[in-house]
Amino acid sequence: MKIIVCIKQVPDTTEVRIDPVKGTLIRDGVPSIMNPDDKAGLEAALRLKDEIGAHVSVISMGPRQADAVLREALAMGANAAYLLSDSAFSGADTWATSSTLAAAIEKLEYDLIITGRQAIDGDTAQVGPEIAEHLGIPHISYCEDLRIEGDEVIVKRQFEDRYQILSARLPVLITALGELNEPRYMTPGGIFDAYRESEVIVWTRDDLTVNTANIGLKGSPTRVAKTEAKSVKQPGTKIETGVDESVQYVIDKLKEKYLL
Amino acid sequence: MTINEKAVFVFAEQVDNRITPVTFELIGKARELAAQLDSQVVALLPGYQVGSLVSELVAYGAEVVLLADHVELEHYRTEPYTQVLSQTIEKFQPEIVLIGATTIGRDLAPRVAGRVHTGLTADCTALEIEEETSRFLMTRPAFGGNLMATIVCPEHRPAMATVRPGVMIKRIPDDNAAAQIIPFEGTITENEMYTTIQEVLKKGVSKQDIQDARIIVAGGRGMRNAEGFAMLKDLADVLGGVVASSRAAVDAGLQDKSRQVGQTGKTVRPILYIACGISGAIQHLAGMEESDFIIAINSDTTAPIFNVADVGIVGDALKIVPKLTEAIRSERGL
Repeated sequence: MKIIVCIKQVPDTTEVRIDPVKGTLIRDGVPSIMNPDDKAGLEAALRLKDEIGAHVSVISMGPRQADAVLREALAMGANAAYLLSDSAFSGADTWATSSTLAAAIEKLEYDLIITGRQAIDGDTAQVGPEIAEHLGIPHISYCEDLRIEGDEVIVKRQFEDRYQILSARLPVLITALGELNEPRYMTPGGIFDAYRESEVIVWTRDDLTVNTANIGLKGSPTRVAKTEAKSVKQPGTKIETGVDESVQYVIDKLKEKYLL
Repeated sequence: MTINEKAVFVFAEQVDNRITPVTFELIGKARELAAQLDSQVVALLPGYQVGSLVSELVAYGAEVVLLADHVELEHYRTEPYTQVLSQTIEKFQPEIVLIGATTIGRDLAPRVAGRVHTGLTADCTALEIEEETSRFLMTRPAFGGNLMATIVCPEHRPAMATVRPGVMIKRIPDDNAAAQIIPFEGTITENEMYTTIQEVLKKGVSKQDIQDARIIVAGGRGMRNAEGFAMLKDLADVLGGVVASSRAAVDAGLQDKSRQVGQTGKTVRPILYIACGISGAIQHLAGMEESDFIIAINSDTTAPIFNVADVGIVGDALKIVPKLTEAIRSERGL
């Protein structure tokens, strides 16, 4: 069983602050972490490795510093790590990112691909399904549980009000929810090996068979026109009436906001 | 039967033959956009035996309904739905395609955008056509809601966007409105990208992580004891939400640490946060002030929680919460 897990290095958005004048992110001093949903996806792959035996490769696209999350993945138990790093890849939107990752995945063998549902910096949830589309394989998103049965994967897929238990013939791409599991810690031996024994293979633009028109900023159908800091909230309405009036007021507000 | 150039398409999502409400909101927004483009709004409705839903789409403002009625479309699955949307887009070449940012929409949209090779912007909270340039501007929160990013799709068509539910405004339904109904004439072909639905499980009460919850009912010292928290549980259950708490309630042993919101607990951004008997220390506010809609119930009119609340109720949460639960239960027919 060959599994590929896509991981992204992201700023810890709970630590991100905004420059109120320029409306830009203050990244200084903000720690970089492995995206939480991706980490759950990696853990799911490592559990399959523990239970049924699997070779787990991790791939990340990003600057050279993203080496750190790939080494973390190796220290957790991944077998091989690939970093797609080239200025030609930069400025990519989800379409171009997924086309680049798909080109790299096509160089490897795989039965199962796992991505996180979404990254905490962009929150798009688009790259996983778009990779599957580029590869021409099925995807199942919002995965809360999975198991392998023969040549099929069985997935518990979350919806707002229900779950679907879905099956699909391998190869399949799964997007993992954070609640899939509790990721393991790196072991001291694993950390040692990840830095001393293992290598992170770096692939540049020339290592991939992909049309230049489909990567980086040039290959991105969308552009960021502008960014600004979120406006500061004003206090709302405060009411001081009896219990029944208060309850009715809340009910009306919930309806107005489509929450009821 | 024709569709105008530069049409604005809306994916009409239905589950169990009921239109998902965000669809009507999208039609409302699409009418504004289509007016500026001098074009029309087309609702694309995939499903099985869903013809009876057409009139609702028309009443809410769809000018054309493309009806894809096929047994393969009875329950949502990515591939057959993707085939319907991508074939329709290729045939009619719309200017804009709007899809609700539901768990179905956010699964379907990237697959379609990948297939028709166009740009897709996720979870938008504002859409407009810029007067001077005629550019379609799609605005969305990024970096955990710290930043608002405005995205454009300069060359590829259609520009696609998923749109957050509860943000756009639906029109007042007009039962006399008329529309053109066009049947979907493409083909749905089973292929290697098909998945099989083995089973459907309706959700019961879940013990999900508070950070993933869309609705949170949180309690503080004002809820006093286990009985008070049981009231919150009842309220959370009727809303389909989860219970969380302030640090005070965790320290008092009324809640597990994993449910603590705030500086030393978790940061949450649900679509609805109901704070009951929470005064609102700065450390608590840091963990919840970005919630989309905040209701605070507290007997102290000067409590700082009211500074971040959209709706503040001054009163005893122990009296108000059970009545609110009852009222919601009867609204929902539970």
